[in-house]
Amino acid sequence: MSDDSEDIQLFKKQENIYPKRVSGLFRNLKWIVMGVTLAIYYLTPFVRWDRGEHVPNQAVLLDIVNGRAYWFWFELWPQEVYILTGILVLAAIALFFVTSLFGRVWCGYLCFQTVWTDLFVWVERIIQGDRNKRKKLREGPWTWKKIYKLAITHFLWIVISWFTAGSFVLYFTDAPTLVRSFIDLNVSTTVLGFIGGLTFSTYLMAGFAREQVCTFMCPYARFQSAMFDKDTLIIGYDVKRGEPRGKHKKGESWDDKGHCISCTACAQVCPMGIDIRDGLQMDCIACGLCIDACDDIMDKVDLPRGLIRYDTENGFEHGANAESKTNVIFRPRTAYYLAILSVVCIIVFYALFARSMLEMTVLHDRNPIFVQLSGGDIRNGYEVKILNKTHDHREYTLGVDGVDGAEISVNTAGNINENTLVVHANSVGQYRIFVHAPIKPSQPHDIIFTITDNEDGTAYEYKSVFISKRP
Amino acid sequence: MTEQDNKHKIEVDKLSGVETTGHEWDGLKELNHPLPRWWLWILYVSIIWSIGYWIVYPSWPIPGGATKGTSGETQFTALKRSQNEIFLRQQVYLNKFEGASFEAIMNDPELYAFAMAGGRAMFKDNCATCHGTGASGGKGYPNLNDDDWLWGGSLEEIHATLLHGIRSGDEDAHVSQMPAFGKEKLLTSIEVNTLTDYVLAMSSRDQEKPAMDTLAGHKLFQTNCASCHASNGQGDREFGAPNLTDGIWLYGGERGDVYETIYNSRAGVMPAWKDRLDENTLRQLAVYVHQLGGGEETREKPILIAVPQENDEKDTTPVDGEEERKPQGTDNE
Repeated sequence: MSDDSEDIQLFKKQENIYPKRVSGLFRNLKWIVMGVTLAIYYLTPFVRWDRGEHVPNQAVLLDIVNGRAYWFWFELWPQEVYILTGILVLAAIALFFVTSLFGRVWCGYLCFQTVWTDLFVWVERIIQGDRNKRKKLREGPWTWKKIYKLAITHFLWIVISWFTAGSFVLYFTDAPTLVRSFIDLNVSTTVLGFIGGLTFSTYLMAGFAREQVCTFMCPYARFQSAMFDKDTLIIGYDVKRGEPRGKHKKGESWDDKGHCISCTACAQVCPMGIDIRDGLQMDCIACGLCIDACDDIMDKVDLPRGLIRYDTENGFEHGANAESKTNVIFRPRTAYYLAILSVVCIIVFYALFARSMLEMTVLHDRNPIFVQLSGGDIRNGYEVKILNKTHDHREYTLGVDGVDGAEISVNTAGNINENTLVVHANSVGQYRIFVHAPIKPSQPHDIIFTITDNEDGTAYEYKSVFISKRP
Repeated sequence: MTEQDNKHKIEVDKLSGVETTGHEWDGLKELNHPLPRWWLWILYVSIIWSIGYWIVYPSWPIPGGATKGTSGETQFTALKRSQNEIFLRQQVYLNKFEGASFEAIMNDPELYAFAMAGGRAMFKDNCATCHGTGASGGKGYPNLNDDDWLWGGSLEEIHATLLHGIRSGDEDAHVSQMPAFGKEKLLTSIEVNTLTDYVLAMSSRDQEKPAMDTLAGHKLFQTNCASCHASNGQGDREFGAPNLTDGIWLYGGERGDVYETIYNSRAGVMPAWKDRLDENTLRQLAVYVHQLGGGEETREKPILIAVPQENDEKDTTPVDGEEERKPQGTDNE
């Protein structure tokens, strides 16, 4: 009814953000974290790990084609994917725990969106200059200078994206072989397709989407606020100390004035384009750059640092006194998270260490379900799959129990019987076997198959059924 | 302003800020929400794309077929191409398979797997119609999973059966003929009844059954049946005469079934496959059927199951047809 309603906007238009260069403790920390995480990301695929001659020697490898995941000492088969689920649950709870204690440290320092955006902004700054120059260039008219500077920037972004994508693919195949195939110009189209797609997404996410990813796409950003309470470390502006804010001339008295001099340094360095003085907000990824910027200014005006600082909501409320911080770490919320974390940790590690090196599945034939033999015996056919998770070739013995007089015969090529079932290293052996027994047609019997490793005696049981009459 | 202009004047709904379509029904107006531009553009591009498609590929039906397209590419040529790729890959194995003996196949896991895979597929295409997908047959169609064979269960024997069939008209086909004892009035129906009881007793697993030679049908059986089925009823593969003492009945083991078999006789037919399938396929099928569970070892020459054993010495009294039951030399291969 009112005319205002005509201005309703459903989408927020992205505003370009030109974060200003800043130096200080948190900026240095971020450089270090960026260096370490990028080094881990790019170098890990080349780390070798000897597992014997039949198994890949790449320390971290997600071998999709053969269905194996390798991580240093550990190895997962497809049916052990629940362990992977456990690890993901573990990671989620660890995130909750850390978040409830220290706020969004993940977002501010470790998240790949943050790290790559930071890297891209760094490239942008080297080519186009700092905040004001960038702003002027980007918003100014199209000149040759603008064209070549933007071209160089985007070219470098694409190069970085390409290496990012290339490194990602290395985790899924033998890294040196793939690198070799690039040198020989003999790369499969699948690999090129994946690299192309990931190059594009990296370029798009770190070059253009940037803070929009954190604000509008990322689910963690949204639900991390649920882990916050008044004792969680946040980055905040000390309203009590800072207000009333206003310009301040050198030598002027600070009486009746807050310590904030409205220099907007904190807002200029913010990669999210927000003003921390507006209070805790969802967009804030807690990177700490505004702390560096403000501390720098406070030094210049000879005031104590910490107008913008890491503190808890309680801390900001009661002023910067230490008393409220004494019970920050141990509170019900962190205790719950720690308890859940420990339980999941124990489960996951138990599952990892207790995983059997031998497994078997036995599939009863569906057609025919049983065969009447001329001598009066009943025969059932089974498909036996033996999972040899060890890293060398093994021989196994198959036995049955539960049906009187049951005997096994193995139906395969060559000279293999139920005492010499060979399964290659790190693979699944499949055998077709028959069990025949001199029994009268009766209700289905339970039949227990036992597979035993001839070398180390590891055994595994599987319950199946022996059918001797039509249902 | 004319009335016409008035009608097309853009009207904006105040509440939502969206244009109306200009139509009005009893005071109700519809908001104008046109299709999203990106969607429309995809549609336009698709239309342009389709024109290119018409030129390159066969598309429009015309009398006598369809437009050919400039590329000459059709789904048939695409199919042919991918088939050829597959055949090329298959050829590697086929070359090895072609020259290999059955013995070599059974000892080489790769050839064995190749034979089993091919056999499995061809069995479903050609044999499953009668023998069933699980090869367990049905009344009149033998179960190939069991160890009961009319014409032999070694690889070579199965292969021979596949090549020439049974009563197929092929000159090397397996042929056997059992008289229709009742229909041809060779026996009275009372005698057929007696024989039926005798035959059923043969395969009985009852521990307390009386000795066979004390039964009423003993003499009848020895006179009429033993020439092919052997005096102890264990049959003879030379004639394709089934073993009557086991629990397996091709035409049913109920009293009525057995009576009918004796009265009217039975004669199942299997086609000769040598002209329908190539030799490699037939060999693959032989391996597959052999490995269904009842396969027998290859023998130098077929064993005559009916050869008297030491414990049925009393059965060695010559009976009618004994002479014909002697092995017909070793011309089996």
